[in-house]
Amino acid sequence: MAFKDLSDLNDMQIDVLKEIGNIGSGNAATSLSSMLMHPVGIEVPHIAILDYNEVVEALGGPESMIVSLMLFLSGEVEGMIMFLLQKDFAHMTLSSLLGEDVGDFNGEDEMANSALTEVGNIMAASFVNAIGTLTGLNISISVPDICIDMCGAILSVPAIHYANISDKIIFIQDQFNSMSNEATSHVLLIPDVESLSKIMTNLGIEL
Amino acid sequence: MSKTVTVGISDLNVAKSPDILVTYALGSCVGICLYDPTIKLAGLSHIMLPSSRLAPDANQAMKFADTAIVMLVKKMEAMGGRSVRFKAKIAGGAQMFAAKSNASVANIGARNVQAVKEALGKLHIPIIAEDTGKNYGRTLYFNAEDGMMRIKSVNKGEWTW
Repeated sequence: MAFKDLSDLNDMQIDVLKEIGNIGSGNAATSLSSMLMHPVGIEVPHIAILDYNEVVEALGGPESMIVSLMLFLSGEVEGMIMFLLQKDFAHMTLSSLLGEDVGDFNGEDEMANSALTEVGNIMAASFVNAIGTLTGLNISISVPDICIDMCGAILSVPAIHYANISDKIIFIQDQFNSMSNEATSHVLLIPDVESLSKIMTNLGIEL
Repeated sequence: MSKTVTVGISDLNVAKSPDILVTYALGSCVGICLYDPTIKLAGLSHIMLPSSRLAPDANQAMKFADTAIVMLVKKMEAMGGRSVRFKAKIAGGAQMFAAKSNASVANIGARNVQAVKEALGKLHIPIIAEDTGKNYGRTLYFNAEDGMMRIKSVNKGEWTW
């Protein structure tokens, strides 16, 4: 096996991950746009390999509220993908989808949760499809689980689940804009190590 | 003036009255508060995983329930605490995601709580208050003045134990 965890990736391999993040985010923006039925622009995503503490800080500290959707990857690539939506993103999509201002969005509203879960599902599917098409690998995703809470508490879940694999995760920051609204979302990619090797090999990258 | 001492993830620390220990955003992790009422000495550990057998690495002892609690007890004893007087309060171990498709993820919190109880049991330290499980994150404040544990959540309210 070529690498034990994400910190073993060289610059070339990190560039490949960045490209995957770029393409995935672009696809996700396109599907978001068709859901909201108006154009959604996206800035060039910012992609980094961070450890959990750095991710928590980048999201505004352990106690900052965040909407998270967790999905599992299976098939030829195994792992987890997590969508983290800032409140502004939840507001933008919900007011557009439900046609009403959701006010102080706190995760208690079933309708809003269900709409956000669906948005996450579709964005994740298009994100993962992009990776699948690019690499020629067959990847399925599970139904997303939603949780709206402090980001430190949410991130403890992947941190614990993948503790024996790696302290590092692929952190992608997407900045969307739509009808003069700005919204930020983050994608955490946590492929298992074997799957990461598979992705690299299929893209013709030497391990 | 009391000072507030922050305990990070996979970290532990002690404080004497009137200081306060705090650990932010416990999700499926567990916070373990130990208190020696006689000398008003408080200890707090924030563990991530049940057992050091998963990754035996001496540098990560504070990450695991079994090793972290032993370390915390030693640290408190070094400051004059007596483990026979220690009382424990624990919080955290939530199930953040329903995760119907993945039982091993769904049970992370419950496994941590179980491991903490076993570790405290081995040391004969009684658990006098517990706010564990459920499905939300908790910030924990532990006051060395009176041994009270205060739990703060985002939407569900605030409690004192």
